[in-house]
Amino acid sequence: MNQLISLLEENSRLTNAQLAVMLDISEEEVAEQIRQYESDGILIGYTAVIDKERLDKEYVEAYIELKVTPKRDHGFDEIAVKVAAYDEVKDVYLMSGGYDLIVVVTGTNFKDIAMFVARRLSTLDSVESTATHFLLKRYKEHGVLLDTAEKDERSV
Amino acid sequence: MIDYENMLSSKTKLIKPSGIRKFFDIANELDGVISLGVGEPDFKTPFAIREEGIRTLENGKTWYSANAGLMELRTEISRYLERRFDISYNPKDEVLVTVGGSEAIDLCLRALVNPGEEVLIPEPSFVCYTPLVELIGAVPVPIETKAENQFRLTKQDLLDKITDKTKVLVLPYPNNPTGGVMRREHLEEIAEVLRERDIVVMSDEIYAELTYNGKHTSIASIDGMKERTVVVNGFSKAYAMTGWRLGYAAGPAPILKQMTKIHQFAIMCAPTTSQYAAVEALRNGDESIERMANEYNMRRRLIVSEFNRLGLDTFEPEGAFYIFPCIKSTGLSSEEFCERLLFSQKVAVVPGTAFGESGEGFIRVSYSYSVTHILEAVERIRRFLDTLS
Repeated sequence: MNQLISLLEENSRLTNAQLAVMLDISEEEVAEQIRQYESDGILIGYTAVIDKERLDKEYVEAYIELKVTPKRDHGFDEIAVKVAAYDEVKDVYLMSGGYDLIVVVTGTNFKDIAMFVARRLSTLDSVESTATHFLLKRYKEHGVLLDTAEKDERSV
Repeated sequence: MIDYENMLSSKTKLIKPSGIRKFFDIANELDGVISLGVGEPDFKTPFAIREEGIRTLENGKTWYSANAGLMELRTEISRYLERRFDISYNPKDEVLVTVGGSEAIDLCLRALVNPGEEVLIPEPSFVCYTPLVELIGAVPVPIETKAENQFRLTKQDLLDKITDKTKVLVLPYPNNPTGGVMRREHLEEIAEVLRERDIVVMSDEIYAELTYNGKHTSIASIDGMKERTVVVNGFSKAYAMTGWRLGYAAGPAPILKQMTKIHQFAIMCAPTTSQYAAVEALRNGDESIERMANEYNMRRRLIVSEFNRLGLDTFEPEGAFYIFPCIKSTGLSSEEFCERLLFSQKVAVVPGTAFGESGEGFIRVSYSYSVTHILEAVERIRRFLDTLS
């Protein structure tokens, strides 16, 4: 992977000046590369990594497996786009293997999410079945070890 | 009651404890300290190397090895030295596997130096040379290196300190703590002085793979120098294998033979598991070295620029993973600076004086940390400097 991209992926708050020094190129060059990656749709956002459970005790996330019947001409795209339109849905991915779509849903409690799946997702025409998995604990997020993080044990 | 003061060796008692340790002991007592102090990689040993160690344990390869180390490993070391630094050694009698580079340094000094003879030690440099020379009853002779010479050993400084008692020159480059390196042209100058004389170079090249803006040159690869040089190297820094405790010496057979004798009686052999893992490191580890060195290099450029922006004059190091900023502008001594920084902003760095008196006015800052960690520490140091002005 391009070094600029990996640095930004790790810490998007680095200034162009800092990035330039690290990569041994000019600040203008950094700005230009970033512009290019943005316009190519490669760099699509700069987000913070947040331990949501710690921030908000009322935060629940679930991974819903969907088995769906693909539509002639549209394949899985039509249903995926429909599912993605809900505010409750954080991510939607087409998967290989035992099911077709994985849908990441967020809510304030388990029941909310269960109801959302029952009322909104399983009732969709092409959805054959759903399986809901609630996220219980996060260990690593965006490459960052959370709360359980290893201590720096070096002492010399 | 036994009076221990009378029981202990007077030479040993006179040795000062390491100035690095002292600071860590204070830092460990405080909460919320972030450190730029450690002298070891933040990377873990590459997984394939760890796995090889595990595999040999599973297969029950838990015996002693030959005193000088597994023949397989010595062969790989010899290939590696040829491949990376263009120096060739016979694995049979010119390579010795040791418990870290540190043991190789100790053995080399003990095999060569008689009581009363002099050992030249460019300073600032790693803390172990002086005490080990003192233990032999020999005389450590510091050679002060200067920021304006990029902390290199110059021909003149060397000539000034050579006497008819000089036995060994310690050549600690790439240098901990300054990050200074000796390029081929600088080594040529030193070689010119030494070729005429019976002085052996103990070249501590443990940071060789962490050389930036070009490749490391070993003094042993300079004309006429191999026969008067013992190269010390190891796996700790290049392969992030500090805890495995594995290093080696390569040099003329007659010297290595004497070193092996001491090693045989004091140590027996280096840990066998580590030796097997090291074989894997040398066979397939070049890529890992490069990846880590590249990461250090990015941090190096960042931290130098950040420190210069803080107004602390920082020379651009070309080796190892330390910067050595000058703190004279603050009016504080190295010790005061480090102590006040530690207590007020909870950042641990090491005073330059831990590496010799010539380190006064400097601090050693390690960039063996993540970028985020480095930037947080820099921010705290900025706040600290603000309180001074």
